[in-house]
Amino acid sequence: MLGPQLSETLPINNAMDIVSARRTARSLCQQLGFSNADQTRLATAVSELTRNVIQYAGHGECLIEDCSDELSRRIRVCVRDWGPGIADVEQALQDGFSTSGGLGAGLPGTRRLVDEFTILSDHEGTRVTIVLTRPYRMR
Amino acid sequence: MKIPILRLGRILLVSIQIDLTDNDAMQFQSDLVNLVAETEALGVAIDITALDVVDSYMARVINDTASMVRLLGAEVVICGIQPFVALTLVEMGRDLFGADCTFNLSQGMDKLHAKIALRADARYLEEDDAWPSAQ
Repeated sequence: MLGPQLSETLPINNAMDIVSARRTARSLCQQLGFSNADQTRLATAVSELTRNVIQYAGHGECLIEDCSDELSRRIRVCVRDWGPGIADVEQALQDGFSTSGGLGAGLPGTRRLVDEFTILSDHEGTRVTIVLTRPYRMR
Repeated sequence: MKIPILRLGRILLVSIQIDLTDNDAMQFQSDLVNLVAETEALGVAIDITALDVVDSYMARVINDTASMVRLLGAEVVICGIQPFVALTLVEMGRDLFGADCTFNLSQGMDKLHAKIALRADARYLEEDDAWPSAQ
């Protein structure tokens, strides 16, 4: 699955890819020593973001990478698509806002699960980057 | 992937054991709702002990399924939500679950029986072979 450098890019083209992306995210989290709660947070966040790709753009990719340094374990996930983009990003981050008849819990919910959340969207596509950081315990 | 739905007298029992794709989840919803109507089940227990990720979509499908089943006239319990799943769902915000929940299937069955007794339908629980004919 994951190589020695612990980074993986997954294509997101159908509903099955959502399942593989969240499994891969959980597995990397686990290998890096994140707690079970953090594994679940990240897997859920990846599930939300990759579902958006399928629902709004159809095609995209998900890059999951280990960005740990000597101070903390860090995992970064970048989910991007080449869809029409989000018309109003601020609005999309509001609880309960949805253009698809969904709950509108996906993006705002994901933002609350992670430590860093950046979203860039224009007419050429959307890119969401999330980071989970946990300092190593002091001895 | 089809989720098996078991019948225990007038109670239906579903245990979701695999990571469902969105289509599987919708299939599960319509299968369960149809079977509840067909069998006039008194109660449904949905066991999600094996689900280690429940995102807003899956939460919505489970919640909607519970509402649909209640509209038909059956009682519902959701059993075995993992602690980390509960944590994540609440952190994501909004009320993603509205149905009654229990730690495990065994408590879920007790709760169903209690709810069915409360609406004075418990006598039907004994009529194991009194299924309305399907189709």
